[in-house]
Amino acid sequence: MKFDTPATTNPIDQLKVVGQPIHRIDGPLKTTGRAIYAYEWHDPNTRYAYGHVVGSAIAKGRIRSMDVTAARSAPGVIAVVTSDGIGELKKGEFNTAKLFGGTEIQHYHQAIAVVVAETFEEARAAAQLVKVDYAEEKGVFDLAAARDTAVKPEEDEPDSAVGDFDGAFSAAVVKLDQTYTTPDQSHAMMEPHASIAAWNGDELTVWTSSQMIDWWRTDLATTLGIDKEKVHIMSPFIGGGFGVKLFLRSDAVLAALAAREAKRPVKVALPRPFLMNNTTHRPATIQRIRIGAGRDGKITAIAHESWSGDLPGGGPEVAVQQTRLLYAGENRMTAMRLATLDLPEGNAMRAPGEAPGMMALEIAMDEMAEKLGLDPVEFRIINDTQVDPEKPERPFSHRDLVGCLRTGAERFGWQERNKQPGGRRDGNWLVGLGVASAFRNNLLVPSGARVRLDREGVVSVETDMTDIGTGSYTIIAQTAAEMLGVPVDKVAVSLGDSRFPVSSGSGGQFGGNCSTAGVYAACVKLREAAAQKLGFNNADDLIFADGEVRSGDRRMPLTEAAGDEGLVAEDSIEFGKLAETHQQSTFGAHFVEVGVDVATGETRIRRMLAVCAAGRILNPITARSQVIGAMTMGVGGALSEELVVDKERGFFVNHDLAAYEVPVHADIPHQEVIFLDETDPTSSPMKAKGIAELGLCGVAAAVANAIYNATGVRVRDYPITLDKLIKDLPELS
Amino acid sequence: MRAFSYERASTTEAAAKAAATKEGAKFIAGGTNLLDLMKLEIETPTHLIDVNELGLDQIEPTPEGGLRIGALVRNTDLAADERIRRDYQLLSRALLAGASGQLRNRATTAGNLLQRTRCPYFYDTNQPCNKRQPGSGCAALAGFSRQLAVVGVSDACIANHPSDMAVAMRALDAVVETVQPDGTPRSVPIADLHRLPGDTPHIEHVLERGELITAVVLPKPVGGKQIYRKVRDRASYAFALVSVGAVIQPDGTGRVAVGGIAPKPWRDEAADGELPNGAKAVTAKLLTDARPTEQNAFKLTLVERTLSAVLAEARG
Ligand SMILES: Cc1cc2nc3c(=O)[nH]c(=O)nc-3n(C[C@H](O)[C@H](O)[C@H](O)COP(=O)(O)OP(=O)(O)OC[C@H]3O[C@@H](n4cnc5c(N)ncnc54)[C@H](O)[C@@H]3O)c2cc1C
Ligand code: SF4
Repeated sequence: MKFDTPATTNPIDQLKVVGQPIHRIDGPLKTTGRAIYAYEWHDPNTRYAYGHVVGSAIAKGRIRSMDVTAARSAPGVIAVVTSDGIGELKKGEFNTAKLFGGTEIQHYHQAIAVVVAETFEEARAAAQLVKVDYAEEKGVFDLAAARDTAVKPEEDEPDSAVGDFDGAFSAAVVKLDQTYTTPDQSHAMMEPHASIAAWNGDELTVWTSSQMIDWWRTDLATTLGIDKEKVHIMSPFIGGGFGVKLFLRSDAVLAALAAREAKRPVKVALPRPFLMNNTTHRPATIQRIRIGAGRDGKITAIAHESWSGDLPGGGPEVAVQQTRLLYAGENRMTAMRLATLDLPEGNAMRAPGEAPGMMALEIAMDEMAEKLGLDPVEFRIINDTQVDPEKPERPFSHRDLVGCLRTGAERFGWQERNKQPGGRRDGNWLVGLGVASAFRNNLLVPSGARVRLDREGVVSVETDMTDIGTGSYTIIAQTAAEMLGVPVDKVAVSLGDSRFPVSSGSGGQFGGNCSTAGVYAACVKLREAAAQKLGFNNADDLIFADGEVRSGDRRMPLTEAAGDEGLVAEDSIEFGKLAETHQQSTFGAHFVEVGVDVATGETRIRRMLAVCAAGRILNPITARSQVIGAMTMGVGGALSEELVVDKERGFFVNHDLAAYEVPVHADIPHQEVIFLDETDPTSSPMKAKGIAELGLCGVAAAVANAIYNATGVRVRDYPITLDKLIKDLPELS
Repeated sequence: MRAFSYERASTTEAAAKAAATKEGAKFIAGGTNLLDLMKLEIETPTHLIDVNELGLDQIEPTPEGGLRIGALVRNTDLAADERIRRDYQLLSRALLAGASGQLRNRATTAGNLLQRTRCPYFYDTNQPCNKRQPGSGCAALAGFSRQLAVVGVSDACIANHPSDMAVAMRALDAVVETVQPDGTPRSVPIADLHRLPGDTPHIEHVLERGELITAVVLPKPVGGKQIYRKVRDRASYAFALVSVGAVIQPDGTGRVAVGGIAPKPWRDEAADGELPNGAKAVTAKLLTDARPTEQNAFKLTLVERTLSAVLAEARG
């Protein structure tokens, strides 16, 4: 189905099932431990072997030689596969650093061997016995020091300019010119990377934990030099990913190579420290923001420049993205510069671009509001725009940032905010309120599905879409139920299998909208086939409801259309030019109240509110889960999360979950989420947009602004830990 | 993890003897620290002596009016004990500020005292670390040291001791009771249990090879207001950047021990004497010989301010 004109009324608008607060249909499987995650697949008739990875002990250089004699003769060892032994492998399209193969070391903990043994414990013990002789080279690990060497990236649009920024900025009455930094961050999801690989002749099956089945399939085939058709990927349940499972990872490659060598299915899980240094992370940024405005608060000039680093061949963190679209202003420029760093690969993490970009921009807006003597909510409203400010002929498809800010201000009690920073006390707590806009683009990716109706009236949906804990199973079932007029419990959803039609996958907050739109397309086809089979020739007034197909006075049971052999339809949603003619984005506002301990500078969140305007909400329960999870991640980004770079040795030092501190329950006392009631017909037939990343964008800045309001101390370097506040806190009696 | 042999000891004497005679032997109690270190091959014992069945899990009154806490009493049970909660609130509060409920259910009194540092380089066997591998160097000195010690450190090592419980024990003047491999018991004041790193950061305490901790004895209750304040980046499940354990009497005298800043719970009786003069005076004495890194110098201010808040709470 080609989607190239805005949606009109369609069966989804009935909202009998879609939009309803239905608990996730896979919930009972998860709470009872019956959902099978990658590492847990276990066929009692198969003798699995266990692979353990060996990672590079240096950040940059070459392997002179590897001695695996001791490892090979250790108890239980079946095989040792080394990267120098296997030679160069081709790199997948989506990988920057190579996952395995060759003697060059590009980053710390790059996989250089896999040891295969009868048990996990034997493999782990033997892995320690691999001796490596390295020729270490000096690397570049410090973004601040490498900033001046950064260059303009070749791909995409690193720079943008409209009007005369320099002139307008220097003429502006009120000006801000500040630099902000965001650190490297880790996805830190619960389920580590894990794969089981099994060969059957030249055919390979991999059970893994992947957000994007088809990307993995393609890149695994490329890496191994085999035909894509010979690779079968299974990933029905995923314990979180946040982007680190978008692209093929070393566990799948190692499992496949190990299984080939061991001639048995092999299980490989990456140990937790490998998450930080073997896979990908959100790259650190340095961001300079300049804003000029008139006394009326209207922005006349706005500039956002960002510096980040990556391995050769990598890309920049697109932290300026939102600044091209979020606020009005006639004179504007953005620029991104990329330095070469020898740290592990930087890549997508939940809301790449906007997440770190909003961390900076929304502090800058707070600072600017203060300079102007304006309320930060009002300042944002004054600078709202309904068109793409770089291309005013391009309207936003639907934009209610102002509604989010106003609703949030009212519901949160924003007027109680003390305008004098540092002026509100509650016992030992300095109390402050902060606000930030939320903004994230709405991305559209083609997505396919197959729908089958059987004579019992059961609808089966098959798509290679993934559910990374988000609720895909549930909203897909709701979509099919709505389209075919059956209850949700008559829909069986199967996901995460490369034998199913290729979907959008889970990423960029596009999965919910796009995968359900693909299911919608397949259901439209199934409805047509059913109608035809049941002899409904005038398709215009067809109603699928209560297990029946109705037109005028005629009604037929849906099961009759299935017949004995069942009815199958397959289609894919393809998006036309609506995203070019209209800017599609999602909007919100975050409000946060913090307490800062006056003695120690510890910041604790007291309450949070997010208001989101993101098109139709397909299921308020699963959507709310996404937003409160994102808010929690934002608190981590504001207060504690930082991959600490050892600038001498070139690696992320705090590589476990004891030292990389994500929020715990005690950090998150009260969260509220409000969804504005809206639809966006230009986005898809579902009229929905993304929500899962929007919930993150702006949170950290709202926390930062609340800390400023509480203490009067402005911190521009994340995370805002107590050591950055303590010297400026009030004297104690 | 390397392969090891395992035995379950049935008497304290037998445990101590076995530990002294078997090459590469170690005691295992709750295992919450030792097993993690073994998985990473930071610790590589070849023989484990399980001390969980030694019957050292009682808390009993002493003739002097104090309490004898068996070495195997779990942190959860100790924190919840009525007598501890009534007469040694500092200890109960310190325990509850540590780790998580699940860990405290396993963790033991002796194991907690002897848990090893959380220095991130100690945890990564690819990195130089004098504590893990004597003579290899100290990666933390020029690296990431924000969490580490500011006082009692040496050029060889700046690791800190992570225990919360030990800070309270130090303020309460606890005494560690042991049995030596030859069967003789001995008492070590907690102040003397841990050693400063000097040139030998891998030697962390004064116990001999095979010496088994059997109990920790608390002197009779000292009364006063007992406050444990743990400062950390997140609200729970994090090690202390700084922690202050204090017992303050109505006349303003008292005692204070500080965690997170040194290779052992840090207390100086001369600093205690300054308590009536306020936090600044106490901190000046406590941290006289401080040698912070650029990254952890904030701990000096943090100790003073935290203590100041604790003293205000004690007054108020
Ligand atoms: C994620 C995490 C977070 C944590 N957070 C905190 C925290 O915030 N605060 C805190 O204080 N602690 C914290 N801990 C540490 C925890 O308190 C210790 O791991 C625990 O107290 C160790 O006790 P155990 O009985 O398990 O010791 P084990 O691991 O069994 O042993 C530790 C050491 O003590 C030796 N040993 C044990 N018993 C004896 C004995 N009777 N005689 C002589 N030697 C003995 C062992 O040989 C070993 O060397 C945390 C631990 C983890 C894993
Ligand atoms: S501070 Fe001590 S434990 Fe840490 S790296 Fe240095 S020597 Fe090792």
